[in-house]
Amino acid sequence: MSADNTTAFEQSPSAWFSRRRRLKRNSLASQILVRIGSAIAVLWAAVTLSFISIHLAPGDIISLLIGEQLRTPEIEAAIRLEWGLDKPLQSQYLTYLLRVLHGDFGRSYILQTDVSGLVLSQMLPTLKLTAAALVVAVVFAVASALLTAGRRLPRSIAGSLELILISTPSFWLGIVLLFIFSFTLKIFPVAGDRTFSALVLPALSLGLSLGAVIGQVLRQGLERALEEPFMLTVKSWGANDFVLRLRHGLRHAALPAVTLAGWLVGNLLSGAVITEAVFGRPGLGRITVDAVLAHDLPVVLAVAILSAFTYVVLSTLVDVLYLLLDPRLRNQNAEAGH
Amino acid sequence: MSVSSSPEQEADPRQQRLYWRVANPGLTLSAIFILLVVIATIWPQVLTAANPIAADPLQAQLPPSMQHWFGTDHLGRDVFSRVVYGARYSILIGVSAVAIAAIVGTFLGLLSGLVRGLVDEAISRFLDVISSFPDLLLALVLISFTGPGTINLIFALGLASVPRFARVVRAQTFVIAKSGYVEQARTFGLGRSVLVVRHILPHALAQVPILATIGLGTTIIQAAGLSFLGMGPQPPAPEWGAMLAEARNYLRVAWWIGVWPGLAITLTVISISVLGRRWQLAFEGRRPS
Repeated sequence: MSADNTTAFEQSPSAWFSRRRRLKRNSLASQILVRIGSAIAVLWAAVTLSFISIHLAPGDIISLLIGEQLRTPEIEAAIRLEWGLDKPLQSQYLTYLLRVLHGDFGRSYILQTDVSGLVLSQMLPTLKLTAAALVVAVVFAVASALLTAGRRLPRSIAGSLELILISTPSFWLGIVLLFIFSFTLKIFPVAGDRTFSALVLPALSLGLSLGAVIGQVLRQGLERALEEPFMLTVKSWGANDFVLRLRHGLRHAALPAVTLAGWLVGNLLSGAVITEAVFGRPGLGRITVDAVLAHDLPVVLAVAILSAFTYVVLSTLVDVLYLLLDPRLRNQNAEAGH
Repeated sequence: MSVSSSPEQEADPRQQRLYWRVANPGLTLSAIFILLVVIATIWPQVLTAANPIAADPLQAQLPPSMQHWFGTDHLGRDVFSRVVYGARYSILIGVSAVAIAAIVGTFLGLLSGLVRGLVDEAISRFLDVISSFPDLLLALVLISFTGPGTINLIFALGLASVPRFARVVRAQTFVIAKSGYVEQARTFGLGRSVLVVRHILPHALAQVPILATIGLGTTIIQAAGLSFLGMGPQPPAPEWGAMLAEARNYLRVAWWIGVWPGLAITLTVISISVLGRRWQLAFEGRRPS
């Protein structure tokens, strides 16, 4: 949300410290190109950062990558070859960049396997979990916003519920759900990822707190939309209250909520790390935790770059979608020269 | 985000007093709970006489009773005393991490907002890159370099939330630098350094404590989550997240081990949010709704 603010601030005619040159970027296509360009720049910087961090980490790269494993000349030679350690730093960097570009994240010498293969094999359970949690979050948010916006008592009840959900750590919610539904009522399985019912509790514990955050934003947007003059017009057509909210209000309210998409997915991914641990599910989170504890840097960095990639692609998509949907933004952004 | 408060929005004092007394028990309860947490942090002996790490196998997994208010865990340790002593970990980790984030973030934000130009561009792009990693994952990456532990956890979480502070301070600095009163002060012929120190800094920094309070709740949850994964204080330390990780394995036989630490985290975070929001409303000069 701070991004919006910056944009708004920079619109005003420059005074004082501001010496920003303002480019003429009026055409839609060039604006979209600029967004995509800056997305690529961020990703490139993220990969560079991970390269630098490996080189700045204490100890030499070989012992860093071997970890607790036995250090044999063969492994040492393999690492030298893979990272190009005999070559100058620039060419090491170039090799690394090219490798990542090809989706090759190197080898984990601790697990003795290729990182890309490992990450790919663990992707599906995590995707299932995050998708299910996203459904939970959106359903909760839309229901709570539609039913309570602009109504005094329901609104304050939903507000309190949302405060509680936001303040509850997802892993504790998971433990409580496990105790109630798995151990006491025995409705859902305790651990694993074999059946659909094994997905219900993890999705609830991951999705509800995010749903609460989106619900707040959505309700605010809906309340603002309900006060707009066009709502009076729609009412005069004889539309009933629910149709009014669903068809006309929600569309306006959804825009600010969609801005949260990038943030939301980032949260889902990092939340999945913890949720998978609570429910003993396989997935990216599980291998990340194991990799962090075992100092298995190639795996950790691969997961980090992957999530940064997802985040950047999604938020760029949202930005571009915004530009397409809302012509007012085009001029504004041309002014802001960002 | 508004800097000035408008007088016509101020509630009349009598109504405000009434509001404090009757209409908002939540605020009072939150304040009382935070007071308890602060006492537990500074002086836990006041609240409990039991030793939080003394194991007694004969007393293992006793349900809550008059003797052990919250029951005992799988090693026979008193859960109430562990929850009380645990406040120290959660609060100190949370407060230190937020302090690091606030100091580094404010510094970067001010630098960005005042110097502008190339420096601003560099810092902003750096923040963009940092925030393309989700907070918790960035903290995990940092911990994978440093290894688990309390101090490492504090630094990892602190650095991961730097952008939050830097962005707000930068934006605030922009607005104030362009605002009418700074413009006017400049017409008096004040030098740039005087302008910055006397007129811009105080207002640019005004939001930082509020932001820190609101961010503290999130940070405490994240810290507990990372400890739950084994990245923070190591056993037998009575940290709330680590206690829940142990409780997860004994849920079938002893639910009470898994309830109290989580309740403690949730109540602490709710209380901090309630107080933080009230403070923000007061700061913006709005009537609490």
